[in-house]
Amino acid sequence: MSTRTLTKTRGGVGERVWRIDGVPKVKGQFLFGSDLWAEEMLWGHTLRSPHPHARIRSIDVSRALATPGVHCVLTADDVPGRKTFGLEFADQPVLAYDRVRFAGEPVAILAAIDPETARQAAGKIVVDYEVLPAVTDMAEALRPDAPRIHDFGNVLRHVRIEHGDPTASADVWVEGYYETGMQDQAFLGPESGLAVPAPDGGVDLYVATQWLHVDREQMAPCLNLPPEKVRLYLAGVGGAFGAREDVSMHIHACMLALRTGKPVKMVYSREESFFGHVHRHPSRIWMRHGATRDGRLVNVYARILLDGGAYASSGAAVLGNAATFATGPYEVPNALIEATRVYTNNPPCGAMRGFGAPQVCFAYESQMDKLARALGMDPIELRLRNAVGPGSVLPTGQVIRGSAPVREVIRRCAQLPMPTDEGDRHPLSLPGGAGNVSRGEGIRRGVGFAVGYKNIAYSGGFDDSAEARVRLFAGPSGPVVEIHTAAAEVGQGLHTVLAQIARTELGVEQVLVRQPDTHVGSAGSTSASRQTMMSGGAVQLACQAVRDELFARVAARAAAAGQALSGEWSLEGGLVLVGGAPVGEVGAYLEPPIEQTRVYHHRRTQPMDARGQGDVHVAFGFAAQRAVVDVDLDLGLVRVVQLAAAHEVGRMLNPQGVTGQVEGGAAIGLGLALMEEIQLEEGRIRNASFTDYLIPTILDMPPVESVVLEDPEPGSPYGVKGVGEMATIVATPAIVAALRDATGRELNRVPVRPDDLIGLSPPASTGPPPPPPAVPGPEPVPHYYGLDTGQQHLMRGN
Amino acid sequence: MIVRAKVNGEWRTADVWPGASLLFMLREHLGLPGSKNACEQGECGSCSVWLDGDLVCSCLVLAAQAHERDVRTVESLAAGERLHPVQEAFLETGAVQCGFCTPGLIVAVADLLAREPAPDEPTVREALSGNLCRCTGYVKILEAVALAADMMRRAAS
Repeated sequence: MSTRTLTKTRGGVGERVWRIDGVPKVKGQFLFGSDLWAEEMLWGHTLRSPHPHARIRSIDVSRALATPGVHCVLTADDVPGRKTFGLEFADQPVLAYDRVRFAGEPVAILAAIDPETARQAAGKIVVDYEVLPAVTDMAEALRPDAPRIHDFGNVLRHVRIEHGDPTASADVWVEGYYETGMQDQAFLGPESGLAVPAPDGGVDLYVATQWLHVDREQMAPCLNLPPEKVRLYLAGVGGAFGAREDVSMHIHACMLALRTGKPVKMVYSREESFFGHVHRHPSRIWMRHGATRDGRLVNVYARILLDGGAYASSGAAVLGNAATFATGPYEVPNALIEATRVYTNNPPCGAMRGFGAPQVCFAYESQMDKLARALGMDPIELRLRNAVGPGSVLPTGQVIRGSAPVREVIRRCAQLPMPTDEGDRHPLSLPGGAGNVSRGEGIRRGVGFAVGYKNIAYSGGFDDSAEARVRLFAGPSGPVVEIHTAAAEVGQGLHTVLAQIARTELGVEQVLVRQPDTHVGSAGSTSASRQTMMSGGAVQLACQAVRDELFARVAARAAAAGQALSGEWSLEGGLVLVGGAPVGEVGAYLEPPIEQTRVYHHRRTQPMDARGQGDVHVAFGFAAQRAVVDVDLDLGLVRVVQLAAAHEVGRMLNPQGVTGQVEGGAAIGLGLALMEEIQLEEGRIRNASFTDYLIPTILDMPPVESVVLEDPEPGSPYGVKGVGEMATIVATPAIVAALRDATGRELNRVPVRPDDLIGLSPPASTGPPPPPPAVPGPEPVPHYYGLDTGQQHLMRGN
Repeated sequence: MIVRAKVNGEWRTADVWPGASLLFMLREHLGLPGSKNACEQGECGSCSVWLDGDLVCSCLVLAAQAHERDVRTVESLAAGERLHPVQEAFLETGAVQCGFCTPGLIVAVADLLAREPAPDEPTVREALSGNLCRCTGYVKILEAVALAADMMRRAAS
């Protein structure tokens, strides 16, 4: 019997705790991918295509290879196995062969003793290109006479969702056309990793990524190695936001390491990073909303076009999201949604925080404001009147079964305090800020509001399960829990949350979270706002299995001593309690240590059928934001004065982490509203630097008033829902609504530029929506051509 | 070429390419990867260090320019296990997410508070406008600066 005093376990679920990786991060000791180093390490370098579309006639690497300090130069001929890779379809060449399809596509790679030698040698590679006509406009790509980007055509996927009677009439109609630009994730830590050849002929790759196992699934066939010989370890990740879902330098570094027999490090420069990862799909969206005179939505038509650039990436799933969320978190009895994701010779697009939802949220929330004006109704009242709730039917026919406190989210956001105006304005707080361009003469304030939603976890029948291994052992100063998963910590704080879960489940304060690797089963991707639910769920299950075994050991020892224990079993402060009374110290039962591995699955979903119907999504997160802006009507400059945010998360496991996601997510939405766009000219990126591609600074980002609602999601561990993406989705339309309120202008394209605000540029315009393309069916097109999939294949194996 | 500099209180030498930046020398020759390379153009502040006591972007300074001069990096701030108040404030307020901008921000905040112990919010915003962060939306960074200023004032009184 223990004589220790019972103390509550600190640092559990719901508490405010320091990040588990915080101390090394503030000391500069945390090792990111770019900080790795090995004896005799070489530096890898990539030569990229300057043309958006060209035939490769020949490549001469002899001068580069003869450069002192260069160890090898490789082209497509040197790819040991399959020549292509891809998340959903293997349509992207490891190194271009025959053709290049976007400006920035990798053509050759080399390894040299230092980065400068590598860079200069790459300049000596001679590629003979025959330049081909490029398709750089997403509507052009759909024309029958457009050049083909791939043999199967220029459409990756077309989705048609028919709901109710799409011909239903309405009292009032509003129509709109909207565009969103190509946004970059702009994580601070560029693509990086270190590949180390292994004695068994395999390779160990230390890399900053979002999903180790799907990387390996794509890499192993290209390297012509069995998966167990391609071992991945997560290096420190300097932000992700979707940009690390795709393979970047992974295969290249491994090819160079395997060829030279030496460790090879690759680190992209900021400029190269713009070419090295996919971007947010630019969109063109046509919408028509019909409502009754008292403000009930009757019918919505949406036509969505997404420019996916040269390769598939995760574009088929992004399109699925854009289509299924196109009517917003509103009850709509009738709808027709047609969405197409095309290929062009622009840089490839794929996942970025929000994943198809921000583009349509900008459009449907702009439409809701337009409808409110047409009806003479308060925009918040219109949203409350149409908001979905538990039991609502979405256009896919999916019934919302989980938590959906949308009206409460809207009300709580609207109630947040408005900014208190400073009597005498600080010159830095005027639009234009430190530029001191105004004394505040032409400033008008505007207020805007937006609501949005997005799915948690993967959709459409995909079982993106997560595995966790938990080990409880006796350490030198008490029992220790070790958590081993492949779940990528990308900065959002997942590993801290996993430790909190272990503390709560096992009543033990000392927790070690191992750096993720492929020696444990897949955790799925750190994306889709899913890891707290999925890997959190796996850690909870594994902890419960460990606890059961611990209790069995305690019971067995008590029985051997002739003791009968009765009452409820629990763990607290390193003690085993029965009926609330301590019966022993956890540490006394850990020889041998207890280890358990468990897999968490979310509820099953279905793919959409030919009419876009199906129980598609696992669960939904909802958010509302209100933006207050000051616009200088003479100069077109903007200061966002305040963002007020209401988010519902099921349950908060780490409150500081939740508000951190809300604030950081809103900043990226603010960027899309006001400044962030990759400028393309004939398919070439013109602003591949932080001097020319602007992301919000501390001067651009306002205070965020936030409130978090907890309405537990049935069936989810602790009732959690993810929160990573929702703030990004709603911030953009809320800010643009505020700009419209201040200026009275239409502003149908983001990012909004100063020219748009002072009327120098007309609203974005186009012709009628393009007709639906003639493609085989609701499945993504490459599927019909037998291109294998990365993720589907991975999950079939489980 | 050989560059000799006093780095975090210790004279160090490195044989660098003449075009190498101070950041490259610190990271790749002297084993001090705390200063980060995120933009190479002096836009993001991730590589902030002190050169003879002045805050600089080490990506914009040639290694050769640091010859015979004093360089201090983020690695100099904590005294063993004891964190600098700015470091502690960043952890306490949740101002750290991915952590890539964190070393540069911590150096910039420590520099600001050494010059101005009680800055108002507009001053803080202007002082940190050269440090990009993509994760936090800066809200908790502002809280961290206020907390660090408090802690340092309390410690001084």
